[in-house]
Amino acid sequence: MATTHASASAEPTRRDFLFIATGAAGAVGLAATIWPFISQMAPDAATIAAGAPVDFDLSPVAEGQIVKLFWRGKLIFVRHRTAAEIKAAQDTDVASLRDPEPDSVRVKPGKDQWLIVYGNCTHLGCVPLGNEGAFHGWQCPCHGSVFDTSGRIRQGPAPINLPVPPYAFTSDKAIRIG
Amino acid sequence: MSGHSTYVPKSAVGKWFESRLPIMGLIHSSFVVFPNPRNLNYFWTFGGILAFMLVAQIITGVVLAMHYTAHADMAFNSVELIMRDVNYGWMLRYLHANGASMFFIAVYVHIFRGLYYGSYKAPREVLWILGVIIFLLMMATAFMGYVLPWGQMSFWGATVITNLFSAIPGVGEVIVSYLWGGYSVSNPTLNRFFSLHYLLPFMIAGVVVLHIWALHVPGSNNPTGIEKKTDKDMLPFHPYFTVKDAFALSCFLMVYVWFAFYIPNFLGHADNYIEANAAVTPSHIVPEWYFLPFYAILRAIPDKLLGVLAMFGSIAIMVVVPWLDTSKVRSGNYRPVFQIFFWLFAINAVILGWLGSKPPEGMYVVASRICTVYYFAYYILVLPLLGLFETPKSLPASIADSVLGKGGSGSAMASGAAASPSTKG
Repeated sequence: MATTHASASAEPTRRDFLFIATGAAGAVGLAATIWPFISQMAPDAATIAAGAPVDFDLSPVAEGQIVKLFWRGKLIFVRHRTAAEIKAAQDTDVASLRDPEPDSVRVKPGKDQWLIVYGNCTHLGCVPLGNEGAFHGWQCPCHGSVFDTSGRIRQGPAPINLPVPPYAFTSDKAIRIG
Repeated sequence: MSGHSTYVPKSAVGKWFESRLPIMGLIHSSFVVFPNPRNLNYFWTFGGILAFMLVAQIITGVVLAMHYTAHADMAFNSVELIMRDVNYGWMLRYLHANGASMFFIAVYVHIFRGLYYGSYKAPREVLWILGVIIFLLMMATAFMGYVLPWGQMSFWGATVITNLFSAIPGVGEVIVSYLWGGYSVSNPTLNRFFSLHYLLPFMIAGVVVLHIWALHVPGSNNPTGIEKKTDKDMLPFHPYFTVKDAFALSCFLMVYVWFAFYIPNFLGHADNYIEANAAVTPSHIVPEWYFLPFYAILRAIPDKLLGVLAMFGSIAIMVVVPWLDTSKVRSGNYRPVFQIFFWLFAINAVILGWLGSKPPEGMYVVASRICTVYYFAYYILVLPLLGLFETPKSLPASIADSVLGKGGSGSAMASGAAASPSTKG
């Protein structure tokens, strides 16, 4: 091959150049060919389009009740918290938490009674059971993660709090998620 | 060893074909005259059983695919239609579902046989690693197959297992949404799992060919763990091992069909007869029994990333076993201290499986942690150190000596058979 020609002098030969240029072009072509096969795995256009914002009327949700709804195929909990639950969430020592977040950043200002969080455990995605566990928030039946009344992780393997989806109040008793 | 083909085609057509594609000679040298150690016990029949199970799963699976609908709205019903409307559909499905469990029973016996008799040691390291790859492919295939009926366990099993990848720092969430083809386990997930569930068995078949190829270079290990010294140590594959394998397979099949016909749902979960519901997780979610030890390891560690790493690590560590075990003696039969640790390891694996089926709380978590520590300690501490400190028992002079005694009376018959193996076929 090229090395036998080049052994007489250190100077690269024309054949070395052609070899590298061909190989580089081939590598780029291969990567360009592989990309569509990776990209097709991503959520498709219809799935993304189905993620349009959804409106939800809060008025039928009684105090103490947890309602489930779906947005973009993901489960969301809407929890109408009682005064005791709000107090428990606010009185928690934030520094002691695994994922330190005060309750105030997890609800909208002046809307302490409404907690809206994703409904899949941040460990491996099971649906935690409401009003269960040592902190009366949620407890996951799969691997035992315990969440408080602010949806924050308190015990078990889940690494972070139940995330808060993007939403806004459109009126006093209605929200738009997305 | 497999190179010396003694195959001579008898017919003119056979000669014509053999000179163009010598496949009959390859089969003849690999599965007819191929020399096996004469002392192989019944633990060595599980390779053949596994080959049978792979074929059985492919045949039942291909037929089931003709009646199954891979769509989130229709999959659950199509499985019920297979059970009720398709002629013998119930039988095909139960054979396939229980076949997966039987496949894993056989593969676990096969793996523990290898661990006990040191079959992974030089010169069989590549053979062993190919086996680990087959095991991983089997796990992936079984997992995706379990998702297809789209019951509650299917759905939540898929959710939990795909979410394992979300533990990867930074890119985890993106990887998971690429696995799902959406923002949760949904119709695109079911479709791609069906496609891959159909593909992977054929990839397994490909790696099995490599596995057998790598086996036929040094030949089979044997219960003494010592290599062949003379032809007297060996017997031809046919009829000695074809008959032994066939008898073992027959016994195994009796267990298999007993499960399929009498207790077809014993190894399944009742929750999987409830259609998938993304809003409710079953109160007690567990994987199929063959994943339970690894599931227990996952849950033993109270940190998401470390738990996932430990679970994958518990399988990946098997790749390096050939280099972790420092003992010069292959077979556990001649390693008295090793035997203690080995059987503890086997019992430990069973206990891990039991713990994996229990809720993740209290004593179960503590016990899971102890068992997980022993699982890894066996590989990382016991195998390397035992080879340095243990005094093995003396090995027999040859394979033939171990079964016939020195100059035993059986040798005349057996050496006659070994001297002219091709005439016995």
